[in-house]
Amino acid sequence: MFTALIILAILAGVFGLVLGYSAIRFKVEGDPIVDQIDALLPQTQCGQCTYPGCRPYATAIANGEAPINQCPPGGESTILQLADLLGIEPLELNPENGTEAIATVAVIDEENCIGCTLCIQACPVDAIMGAAKQMHTVIEDECTGCDLCLPPCPVDCIDMVPIKTETTNWKWSLPDSDDSAPKA
Amino acid sequence: MQKLFTFKGGLKLDGHKTMSTGSAIQTARLPDQLVIPVQQHIGHPPEVLVSVGDTVLKGQCLANASAGISASIHAPTSGTITAIDEQPVAHPSGLNALCITLLADNQDQWKQRSPIKDQYKNKDCHQLLELISDAGIVGLGGATFPTAAKLQSCQSGTETRPKIKTLIINGAECEPYISCDDVLMREHAGNIISGVQILQHILQVEKTVIAIEDNKPEAIASLQQALKDLSADSVHDTEVVSIATRYPTGGEKQLIKVITGKEVPAQGRPADIGILCQNVATANSIYRAVYLDEPVISRIVTVTGEAISQPGNFETLIGTAMSELIKQAGGYKNNIAGLVMGGPMMGFALTDDNLPVSKACNCLLTKSQDDIQQPAIKACIRCGECTDVCPANLLPQQLYWYSSSKNFDRAQDLHLFDCIECGCCSTVCPSHIPLVQYYRFAKNEIWAQEKEREKSDQARQRHEFREARIAREKAERDEKLRLKKEMLAKKKAAEGKAEPVDPKKAAIDAALARVKAKKDAAEIKPKNTDNLTAQQQEKIREADERRQKSSESSRSKDKAE
Repeated sequence: MFTALIILAILAGVFGLVLGYSAIRFKVEGDPIVDQIDALLPQTQCGQCTYPGCRPYATAIANGEAPINQCPPGGESTILQLADLLGIEPLELNPENGTEAIATVAVIDEENCIGCTLCIQACPVDAIMGAAKQMHTVIEDECTGCDLCLPPCPVDCIDMVPIKTETTNWKWSLPDSDDSAPKA
Repeated sequence: MQKLFTFKGGLKLDGHKTMSTGSAIQTARLPDQLVIPVQQHIGHPPEVLVSVGDTVLKGQCLANASAGISASIHAPTSGTITAIDEQPVAHPSGLNALCITLLADNQDQWKQRSPIKDQYKNKDCHQLLELISDAGIVGLGGATFPTAAKLQSCQSGTETRPKIKTLIINGAECEPYISCDDVLMREHAGNIISGVQILQHILQVEKTVIAIEDNKPEAIASLQQALKDLSADSVHDTEVVSIATRYPTGGEKQLIKVITGKEVPAQGRPADIGILCQNVATANSIYRAVYLDEPVISRIVTVTGEAISQPGNFETLIGTAMSELIKQAGGYKNNIAGLVMGGPMMGFALTDDNLPVSKACNCLLTKSQDDIQQPAIKACIRCGECTDVCPANLLPQQLYWYSSSKNFDRAQDLHLFDCIECGCCSTVCPSHIPLVQYYRFAKNEIWAQEKEREKSDQARQRHEFREARIAREKAERDEKLRLKKEMLAKKKAAEGKAEPVDPKKAAIDAALARVKAKKDAAEIKPKNTDNLTAQQQEKIREADERRQKSSESSRSKDKAE
């Protein structure tokens, strides 16, 4: 009777030590699920999800505070991927956050730019080049099309231009008569 | 004799090849104007070297291969560049792409040519690869992958990639109707063999197999004769092999299975198992580049189908309008209903025939009313026919399921990217489902997602960097402010210890001290006045009175002033 108790007490102590040690030794920095969600978001940092950027939204999803259908730039494919990652049912994109629009890039009308640097400060990815009282221009490859540079511009010289479909980025579509296709 | 194997699946199709092999290769007329698409290959577009108004000679480089996988393009004839702009090109999208328009001067004047001919044997492989790259040679079997890049990737015999031991020259031409390789082999067998010898020299292979489907006996005979004509030592271990006609034997992986019995690993390349495939037309291009110093400025195009008057094969300059070719083939018949670039299995429909011929254009297939009648698409009945015929050992039905429901991860798990889009599954499908289009859709979507992911990773990095920069700048500002505050506080403390001296106060103090001193001076007691006589004291009193009077008068004078 006594020996059994002693053995169990010793075992409990040993396991406690092992668990306590591994909790310190193998501590995971950050929240891995947030990283995984963040990796699926389009990183436009546009704020249409009502959160101040993609990572805050990822954190909110991870904490169960936000549904997965608030990202218009990501659209259906992002919702599907998030649903797949989190093992939940995909949802329709929430129209309150916006609609899935075609991808655009910002273009500055260089004739009218007064060089106020306000758009440079607004750009979440540093995709606008320029200096005070110098003409600004958008680095097209870096622009995420988030629209955040539009409101601060005092002379409204920024246009969002749809990305042109060329033979290099053209995609085959699903066959027209898609009635036979099994539904998701 | 080579032992042959078979691959799983595939179809026995009606060849329809004799339709266009009746006559010899005809040379297409030199058109007045050529429209040369800048991008005619898989990879990066080349850099345009010419500008509008330039006069160019035949064979002159118009756009140079850029870094990475790319191919040059050359002027197919001499003339003047009249435009460099977006024009309609042969592409399934029907979109426009950058083209160089060349107005022919009808002189057809060649650039200065200096073919190295047999001297290639003294050149090392790097020089030869450069020559192949400069000649703009791409895989002419249909994929148009730059040949120099393909050979280059086989060169580096690393640990992961073994040295190329077997060279397979692909003359299978398995797709119905197409006969451009067939006639090339019949008429230019010697050139092909020379091209093969150059490839052998570059790769130092142990064995070469020229594989031709058995429905082309003339081509087989012609190549065998060309081999016999050469001295035995100059063609080491080269063999012409007749293989069974079965679509798609001409597929790289299927041909390797038939010739060697080996399977190329999923998502791998033939080079992974020490094999390299090249098309017969590519070998011919290499011959022309080495022996004639002639870049790829023309190709043989089969014009055939049920709706063309005189089907045949045409040696056509790149950039010739397809309508020109159609005209030279006698024009359309009345039953014309559609035009396809490529064969009936893998080709794509064109909406217009006023498009330029590119390096990829092996066949122009005219379709009659009967050809294009498409039965209604019905639901999949899960019969499994598609699985039986799939030459890549995939599960077309499952791929269709996952592709149409956009479940791309599962589709990739089932090796979607090993699909060669041969079209066997769509052909046998009793429900007439256009299966291949689903796979193309899924592949495109996956590539697009991958690109988007790359872009979003880049955006994330830039965003994080920006956040970090803003935080750093704020921290630096705060630190500066703190340091300044600290410095001021220190200074104050130091001065507090040394009794703070106000200059104003000091001046007042000094003035007070002076006045006090004066007062003290005024109250100076005269010394030795104790033992004075009454007379003496009287005199002192008088003197004092005078002094007081004078000082009073001077004071009143000061006041008056």
